[in-house]
Amino acid sequence: MLRFLLSRIGLLIPTFIGVTLIAFGFIRLIPGDPIEVLAGERGVSPERHAELMAQFGYDRPWWEQYAGFVGNVLQGDLGKSIVTKQPVLDEFLTLFPATIELALCAILFAIIIGLPVGVLAGVKRGSVFDHTVMGISLTGYSMPIFWWGLLLIIFFSGILQWTPVSGRISFLFFFEPVTGFMLIDSLLSGEKGAFKSAVSHLILPAVVLGTIPLAVIARQTRSAMLEVLSEDYVRTARAKGLPPSRVIGLHALRNALIPVVTVIGLQVGVLLAGAILTETIFAWPGVGKWLVDSIARRDYPSVQGGLLLIALVVMLVNLLVDLLYGVINPRIRHVR
Amino acid sequence: MSAEDTAATPETARPPHPLREFWFYFSENKGAVAGLIVVVTLVIVALGADVIAPHPPHEQYRDALLVPPVWQEGGQWKFLLGTDATGRDMLSRLIHGSRFSLMIGSIVVTLALSLGIALGLAAAFFHIVVSSVVMRLMDVILSVPSLLLALVVVAILGPGLINAMIAVSVVYLPHFVRLTRASAMAEMSKDYVTASRVSGAGLLRLMFVSVLPNCMPPLIVQATLGFSSAVLDAAALGFLGMGAQPPTPEWGTMLADAREFILRAWWVVTFPGLAILITVLAFNLMGDGLRDALDPKLKRS
Amino acid sequence: MKSHSFICALAATAAFGLMGQALPSTAQAKTLVFCSEGSPEGFNPALYTAGTTFDASSRQVFNRLVEFERGTTKIVPALAESWNVSDDGLTYEFKLRKGVKFQSTKDFTPSRDFNADDVVFSFERQRDKNHAFHKVGGGSYEYFNSMDMPNLLKSVEKVDDQTVRFTLNQPEAPFIANLGMDFASIMSAEYADQMQQAGTPDKVDLNPVGTGPFQLVGYQKDAVIRYKAHPGYWGGKAPIDNLVFAITPDASVRYQKLKAGECHVMPYPNPADLAAMQQDGDLNVMQQEGLNVGYLAFNTEKAPFTDKRVRQALNMAINKDAIIEVVFQGAGKVAKNPIPPTIWSYNEKTQDYPYDPEKAKALLKEAGVTDLKTNLWAMPVQRPYNPNARRMAELIQADWAKVGVEAEIVSFEWGEYLKRSKLGEHETLLLGWTGDNGDPDNFLYVLLGCEAAKDSANRARWCHKPFDDLLVKAKRTADTAERTRLYEQAQTIFKEEAPWVTIAHSVVFKPVRKEVVDFRIDPFGGHVFNGVDLKE
Repeated sequence: MLRFLLSRIGLLIPTFIGVTLIAFGFIRLIPGDPIEVLAGERGVSPERHAELMAQFGYDRPWWEQYAGFVGNVLQGDLGKSIVTKQPVLDEFLTLFPATIELALCAILFAIIIGLPVGVLAGVKRGSVFDHTVMGISLTGYSMPIFWWGLLLIIFFSGILQWTPVSGRISFLFFFEPVTGFMLIDSLLSGEKGAFKSAVSHLILPAVVLGTIPLAVIARQTRSAMLEVLSEDYVRTARAKGLPPSRVIGLHALRNALIPVVTVIGLQVGVLLAGAILTETIFAWPGVGKWLVDSIARRDYPSVQGGLLLIALVVMLVNLLVDLLYGVINPRIRHVR
Repeated sequence: MSAEDTAATPETARPPHPLREFWFYFSENKGAVAGLIVVVTLVIVALGADVIAPHPPHEQYRDALLVPPVWQEGGQWKFLLGTDATGRDMLSRLIHGSRFSLMIGSIVVTLALSLGIALGLAAAFFHIVVSSVVMRLMDVILSVPSLLLALVVVAILGPGLINAMIAVSVVYLPHFVRLTRASAMAEMSKDYVTASRVSGAGLLRLMFVSVLPNCMPPLIVQATLGFSSAVLDAAALGFLGMGAQPPTPEWGTMLADAREFILRAWWVVTFPGLAILITVLAFNLMGDGLRDALDPKLKRS
Repeated sequence: MKSHSFICALAATAAFGLMGQALPSTAQAKTLVFCSEGSPEGFNPALYTAGTTFDASSRQVFNRLVEFERGTTKIVPALAESWNVSDDGLTYEFKLRKGVKFQSTKDFTPSRDFNADDVVFSFERQRDKNHAFHKVGGGSYEYFNSMDMPNLLKSVEKVDDQTVRFTLNQPEAPFIANLGMDFASIMSAEYADQMQQAGTPDKVDLNPVGTGPFQLVGYQKDAVIRYKAHPGYWGGKAPIDNLVFAITPDASVRYQKLKAGECHVMPYPNPADLAAMQQDGDLNVMQQEGLNVGYLAFNTEKAPFTDKRVRQALNMAINKDAIIEVVFQGAGKVAKNPIPPTIWSYNEKTQDYPYDPEKAKALLKEAGVTDLKTNLWAMPVQRPYNPNARRMAELIQADWAKVGVEAEIVSFEWGEYLKRSKLGEHETLLLGWTGDNGDPDNFLYVLLGCEAAKDSANRARWCHKPFDDLLVKAKRTADTAERTRLYEQAQTIFKEEAPWVTIAHSVVFKPVRKEVVDFRIDPFGGHVFNGVDLKE
C-alpha cells in the first residue's frame, strides 16, 4: 500500500511543476496591463507606469521572475494581489470555505438522489421509471447551468419568493466566522434562525451546481448496477434463494459502488468549473467568482496563485480517489 | 425517418454490412433516433438560415423594442418569438445562432480529435520519454477545471468566437489523447499488429493504417459527446462575456446580453438557453446511441 | 420527475418560517442596509481609485479638510473651519476645527483630539517617498498622482496645533476642490504611530480609524460590511445606528432584494427594470444627471478626421435620441457640451449638431470623402457614462452606414483598450469620463488640453491653440466669474471644431425604499449615509 501511495505521489510532482509553469506562463501571456486597468480613464504617466511595473517586479527577465515565484510558492507565499494589496493566500483561504461548502452540499444532493434513483433504475431496467429517470438525467447532463440558475431564480425567488436571491445568509445575522462554513458557524453563533437562513440561501446554488453531478451519478450507478447484476456471483446469490433486497443491497450494490466512487471523485473538477458559473449567478462569495473577477482585472498574482491552488486541490482529490479506489478494490494495488 | 438514407446507404449484402448492422442497433434506441432527427434538423436550419429566417439577424427594428412572443399580449405576428432590446427578431437570431453552435462543435471536435490522435499515437508508439511528457502535460491540463482553463486561454488570446473555440479544444484535448493512447496500446499487443510489423510495415503505416482504424469506435463516441460539451462550454464562455462578441447571435452571448432583462422580458433569456439545451441534449442522445451500437460488449446483452 | 419534485420539497421546507427577512423594527436600533455593487479594494481611500472603495471608506469613515455639501458639488468647510489663500495663489493656510474626536476601535483608543499632525501625516505619507508609512500598503497613491499632486505640492507644514500650511509650486485654481476628494481623507497620526510601534503598520489600512460619521465594525469579503454610528462625531451622531453594506454584484439581484425589503438603498439599477420600479409603491426612484460624459472621439491626427468638416458630418449622422432610448433605456440625456450640466460654466447657449443624414452626406462630399472605411472602438466594459458600449457602437455603425461610411467595430481587453487608445491606434473610439471634483478644468483640460494630446487622456489627440490658451488662463485665475466666462468660450470653440461627438450624460437612478428619509444622490457617484434616516 505504501509503495502504491508513493508511486502515486511521485506522479504528482511533475504535474505540479507543470502547473506552476502554466500558471506562471499563462498569466504573462495575457495581454493587457493591470496598471492601466487600475488607472482606468484617468490614465497613468509612462514614468509612473514604469515605476509601478518595477515595484511589482514585472520588469525583470522571466526566468528570474519564475525562480522567484517558485521559491516563494515553496515557502507558502503566493504574492500580494495588485488590486487589494492583500496576500493572495489569505484571500483564497477566506473565500475557499464558501466554495467547499457549496460544492459539498451540491455533491451531497447529487449522491442522495442520484444513487438510489440509479440503483432503482438499474434494477427495474426497461421500466417506465427507468426510461423517465434516464431521460431526465440526460437532460440534466445537457443543462447549461448558467441558464438553469437564472430560471430557478426567476421562479423560486422572483415569482414564489420562497428563497432569497443571493448571498450566504441574511444580513440580520452577524457573527465572526469560526470555521468559514456558514452552516456550522450559524449553529455555533447560537443566534435564532441563523441556521435556517443559511440553509435557505444554500438551496438554490447547491441544486444548480449539483444538477450535472446528479445526472452523472444516476447514470453511472445504473450502468454499474446492470453490469454487476449480470455477474455470476449475483446469479449464484439469487440461486441460493437470498431475498432480492439482500442480493441487491449487499452483493450488487457494494460492487457497483466501486466505479461510482471514481465518478464522484472525477466530479470535483466539474464542480469547481461549475462553481465559477454558479457563484457568478448567485453572488456566492467563493473562489470561482473571485478568479473570474481577478482575470477581468488582470490581477496577475491572484490569478496565478488561484490557478495553482485550485489545481492543487483537484490533484489531491484525485489522489484521494485513487487511494480510496485501491482500498475498496484490492485488485488495483497489484496491477501497478 | 428521413435520416435513414443518410446513414444506411449501402446495398443489401450478406453477411450484413457493418454499417447496416450498426444502423440496426442504433435505431433500436429511440432516444438516439430522436437526437439524430434533431441534429439533422439543426443542420438543415443552419445551412438554410438565410432562407428560413424571417428577418436578417442584425436588422434593428427601432420601433419594436422588446416585443413579446406572438402568443403573449402585445406580440406581433411579424416577430414570432419576440424581439430583443435593440429590436432584432429573436427567432431569426436563434436560427442564425444554430450555425455558430454547429460550427463551434465541429471545429472544436476536429481540432481536439486530430491533435489528440496524433499525440495519443505518439505517446503509444514512441519512446517512454515522449509518452511521459505528453501524458504529464495532459495531467496538467486536466488538473485545472475546464472552464477556468478555457477562461484563462481566452484571456490570453482575447475574447472572440475563434479564440473561444481554440480554448475549448485545448480543454478537451486530454480526453482524446488518453483514449487514443489507451486503445492503441491495447491494440498493439494483438497479433495482427505483430504480424504486420513482422511483415515489414513502417511505423507510420502501423500507426495510421493498422492500429488507428481499430481505435476509432470509442473515439467516435467521445467525439459526439465532446461535441455537446463544446457547445455547452463555448456558450458558458459567451455567457461570461469571453466567447463570441455581440452582435454575433451566438446563443450564450445572446443570453449574457439579455441577462439584464431577466425580470422584464423572459423571452430574451429563455429561448437562447432552451436552444442550447435542446442542441446539447440531441447530441448526447445521439452519443448514447452510438456507444450502444459501437460497443460490442453491450450489444451482446 | 424525481429530482424536480425534490427541489420543490426542499423549497417548500424553506418557505416555512425561513423567510423572516423583513427588516428589524425601528423600535430597536435603526439599521440601514445598502445593497452595494461590489467589494471594496480596501479601506484606505488614498491607496485606491474605485468608487466602490470610496463608498466603503472615505465617505463613511473619514473626513477631509473641505468637503462637498451632501448632494451638491459645492465646497464647504469640514475639518478645516476656514482658509486663506495668498495673493500669488501659492500658499494656503487652513484653520482646523477643534474638538474633533477620532473613532475608538478594539485596537486603538485615541488619547487626543484631531490636530495638525494628522493632516500633515495624511498628506506626507502620500507625498514623501521617504516617509515611514509611504511603502505601507504597496506605496501606490494613484489618485494623488493622477491629480498631479506630487508636482503641485511643495510642502505641507504644521504651523501650530490648529493651523496647517500648504505651499504650491504654481497657482492652481482647482486645488481647493482637490482637497475635497477621497484621497485627501484625514487619518490618525497617533494610530499610525501606535501600530508602527506594535509592528503592525498594515492595520492602519485594514482597520481604519477616522473622524467620520460611521466606524467600521466588520468586513467579510464579497459578503457584507458593517458599520455603527460614531457616537462622538463632531457633526452630531448620525440618525441611524447601524449601517450595513450587503455586497450584491448583480443588478437584478439587488432589485429583488430591494423589493423584498432585504435592503433600503441600491445603486446602479438595470435601466430595463426602471419602469417596474417606478410603479412599485414601496419604492422611491430618485434621479439626477451624473457628473459624467460619454463621447466618441475622432483621432484628429489621422486623415480624413483631420478635416473638421468630416468630423462635423459624422456628428450629424448619429441619431443620439435612438442611443438614449436603446442603450441608456432612457437613463441618459443627450450631451451637447463636453461637461455635464451639473458643473458650473456649462454653456447653455451651445447649439448641438442636428441629426441630419442628408446634410452629413453633402458635407462629406464637400470634403471630398467617399467610401470612407474606418474603425470604431468600443470598450468591453460597462461604465457609468456608457452602460453598453458595444450596443452603442452597433447603433452608430448602422447610422454611419446610412451616409456611406463603413465602420468596423473593434474591441480589446479593457487595459489594452486604454493603453492602445492612449497611443492613438484608433480612428474613432467610444470612451467617457466621470468628474473627480466638480471643476470644469477636470473635464476640459484633462481631456482636451494640448498637454494631454500626446499619448495621454486626450484621445482625440486634438491640440487647438485658441482653445488651450483659454483653459490655461482659467487655471491660473482664482475668480470664478472670470473662469466661467473663459470656459464658456472654450465650449463654443469645441463645438465648432468637433473633435468629439458628445453623446450623453447618464442619468443616475437611485431606487430607495419609501421608509428612507432624506437620502440624497451624490453628484460624484458616491453614497453618503450620514444624515439619512429611517421612518417608523
